[in-house]
Amino acid sequence: MTFVQFLFYFFAAIQILAALRVITVRNPVHAALFLVLTFVSAACLWILMEAEFLGLLLVLVYVGAVMVLFLFVVMMLDVNIAEIREGFASYAPAALVVAVIMVIEMGMVLTHRIFNVRPPLEKASDVSNTEAIGRVMYTDYVYPFEIAAVVLLVAIIAAIALTLRRRPETKYQTPIEQIRVRRNDRVRLVKMKAEKKESGS
Amino acid sequence: METIAALLDFLPQELVTVVLILIKIVAILLPVLLAVAYLTLAERKVIGYMQIRMGPNRVGPKGLLQPIADAVKLMFKEIIIPANASKFLFVLAPAISLAPALAAWAVVPFSETLVLSNINAGLLYILALTSLGVYGVIIAGWASNSKYALLGALRSAAQIVAYEIAMGFALVGVLMAAGSLNLGEIIEAQRGGIHHWFFIPLIGLFLVYFISGVAETNRAPFDVAEGESEIVAGFHVEYSGMAFAVFFLAEYANMILIGALTTILFLGGWLSPFDGILPQSVLSIPVLGSLLGSGVHWFVFKTSFFLLLFLWFRATFPRYRYDQIMRLGWKVLIPVTLVWIFGEGLAIALGWKPWQ
Repeated sequence: MTFVQFLFYFFAAIQILAALRVITVRNPVHAALFLVLTFVSAACLWILMEAEFLGLLLVLVYVGAVMVLFLFVVMMLDVNIAEIREGFASYAPAALVVAVIMVIEMGMVLTHRIFNVRPPLEKASDVSNTEAIGRVMYTDYVYPFEIAAVVLLVAIIAAIALTLRRRPETKYQTPIEQIRVRRNDRVRLVKMKAEKKESGS
Repeated sequence: METIAALLDFLPQELVTVVLILIKIVAILLPVLLAVAYLTLAERKVIGYMQIRMGPNRVGPKGLLQPIADAVKLMFKEIIIPANASKFLFVLAPAISLAPALAAWAVVPFSETLVLSNINAGLLYILALTSLGVYGVIIAGWASNSKYALLGALRSAAQIVAYEIAMGFALVGVLMAAGSLNLGEIIEAQRGGIHHWFFIPLIGLFLVYFISGVAETNRAPFDVAEGESEIVAGFHVEYSGMAFAVFFLAEYANMILIGALTTILFLGGWLSPFDGILPQSVLSIPVLGSLLGSGVHWFVFKTSFFLLLFLWFRATFPRYRYDQIMRLGWKVLIPVTLVWIFGEGLAIALGWKPWQ
């Protein structure tokens, strides 16, 4: 067993264990953190396959951004764990069907010649794979790439539009207006004559 | 390195490689940790002088042993784990916040040949690792089982995530100018004297990057994580002793990393500002020539300058209000980077490259 193989089995074992813990652990925050560990070990495996661009992107996007927001939500929710676990038996058959379908699909992708999956090529050229992906993405697949970008943009706008709630009764500060304020807007210097002191007081 | 490899000849080849890498890691991390320790002293001294005080001057000559005294004190303090805290995560959180700050040094080029791992996607690696630091904050806040810590964690995590986007866009501008993700090649692209450095054509991105760097490390004036006047400390409120000190170390290690990265990306890293300006005859003078020529000393000097800026900011600026921090990140810095990248793209498309 070479050192690289050892690393492969090491990261693969961590990934499988972490993925199992995601669905077995009771606490939702712990489950989210195990999902993070799964992503990180997957990234390590990809880097081991010399796909360093994809591996680092996985860490950057899923671990660094998506899972952070995920954790935010899970941490703020008041989740009643007992309530969630109640329906486990009734959901199990449906879950089993989904799992079996996924296994069959993955088997088809990995074995069938229609999908034409080949083992990774040995160092095709002296171009780094970041550059190779960039070239393919902006030449052969430029339209699918731009369609994906537009779909994402639509999703962003839709998400903002759905959650945007105008509440005229809330008061908030506008820094631009605060910065623009000059003394004369707030303070008025009033000239008045000195009043005479009342006698006898 | 070859001599060490020869000494270890009796071991199998793979083990020799591992041992050599470990030695290199120690050779990088020891100076970094020493710099972290003395940065705390420098901060207290610099801010002291700025406020016309002496700063620490009791322990050792001129107070030089102060960081060691602090470390000893913190190590002997008790670490109290709050009741019902998630014990494992509570202990893990400081380590998670320190580890990415140290691991990022693996790809930092100190000089032309002095780099632990010269990988292709170095910039992406740095970006990915610095985005992991936020987990230390979130986990610390959640595992403490304290409402103060949780709220503090949420606000500083939201701040870090917001500024990461501006930071990433600033890096996009750099990689467009350099045409590479490799940090060594980014420095090479700036060769040829001070007027070739990226901070002149990319001045907007340079400022955005450094401001985001200050905000990412939760330093003043963006240090709402420990805003004493508003909340009690923040995500690390339940930590004591060495566990707290590790958060502190992580903050300072991140400062040094941001300083080093700003140096590499915008100020030509180990390149000398006189490179290509002074004639070759001056550079071949024995001592003066090697001082004026490129080398690791320029890298250290430029990084130290940015560290001084960090301290200077803290002594000068009042703390931002939280909504103003968010406004600055989302509504000022990100639009600036977007416009700058668009302009830079136009310049590249028109074949007009001012940095060459």
